[in-house]
Amino acid sequence: MSNQPFSLSGKTILVTGASSGIGRAIAIACAQMGARLIITGRNEEQLNVTLSQMNGEDHQIIVADLTIGNDIDRLVSSLPLLDGFVSNAGINKLMLCQYIKETDMSNILETNLVSPIKLTKKLLKDKKINAGASLIFMSSIAAIHSSLGNGVYCSSKAGLISYSKVLALELASRQIRVNNILPGMVYTGITAKASLTQDDYEKDEKKYPLGRYGTTEEIAYAAVYLLSDQARWITGTDLVIDGGRTLN
Amino acid sequence: METIFIEKFKEILEISDRNLELTDKFREYDEWNSLVFLSLIAMIDEEFDVIIEGKEFKKLETVGEIIEAIKVAQN
Repeated sequence: MSNQPFSLSGKTILVTGASSGIGRAIAIACAQMGARLIITGRNEEQLNVTLSQMNGEDHQIIVADLTIGNDIDRLVSSLPLLDGFVSNAGINKLMLCQYIKETDMSNILETNLVSPIKLTKKLLKDKKINAGASLIFMSSIAAIHSSLGNGVYCSSKAGLISYSKVLALELASRQIRVNNILPGMVYTGITAKASLTQDDYEKDEKKYPLGRYGTTEEIAYAAVYLLSDQARWITGTDLVIDGGRTLN
Repeated sequence: METIFIEKFKEILEISDRNLELTDKFREYDEWNSLVFLSLIAMIDEEFDVIIEGKEFKKLETVGEIIEAIKVAQN
């Protein structure tokens, strides 16, 4: 394994939102690189689909809804010591600022921002994070690049960036690293269900200088890099992966 | 209901100097854009308690067809 610079062999990694999309791809890629995974999400059936695509035997599924306090406690208490944590669960709904509904706003902020903060707190309090561990928060170019109807989602993703930089500062003395990934549009289950039509997506895709939306694998391998020991001098950074979308 | 819808739609389009006809193909309005689209979907939800999905909306061509779709969803 020593000749594989990005090996995750011997590492235990928690991935939230692993029942679909980017989270699923990250779990699969980390397993491929030799890590032992604990994957969590709300949908057991879909978590099993993820598990069925992962190399190795020692992985674990824990079904949990991170917006429920008890579920965070239950999840954390059953975890082993972690060398990596990828906070990935997220939802979106397009609403113009003038028409934001209280319940939609709460759901988005709770899932995308509040729950990751609560889960991280619990992980730290219960001493589940090893010295030298790598933490990744899945933000979005939405945090730095505005688009119509995305007010609450953008706020949640920008909030994650600000939060994780403070966290990076507070954990640096233990060599624990905290970084953000900011993907552009990636074809996932979320995008398929959003309110835009296929035509709208095709028009939007033309705005990407590299000519297309991303794939979940293209995000997952960046996560592998940040989780690996080769990224040991990288903390508090925002890795934009967007086919050049934020260039124009 | 028709009158309310047309008034609200005019507000969104910022049209005050002309009337909308039921047969108008709304996507051909100079004022039509994605901001108007998102506003219209939100207005229909707020005023008439009807959620029209993007996929469904795509099939609608005229002002009258939007009104019909709202009526169908309300019943």
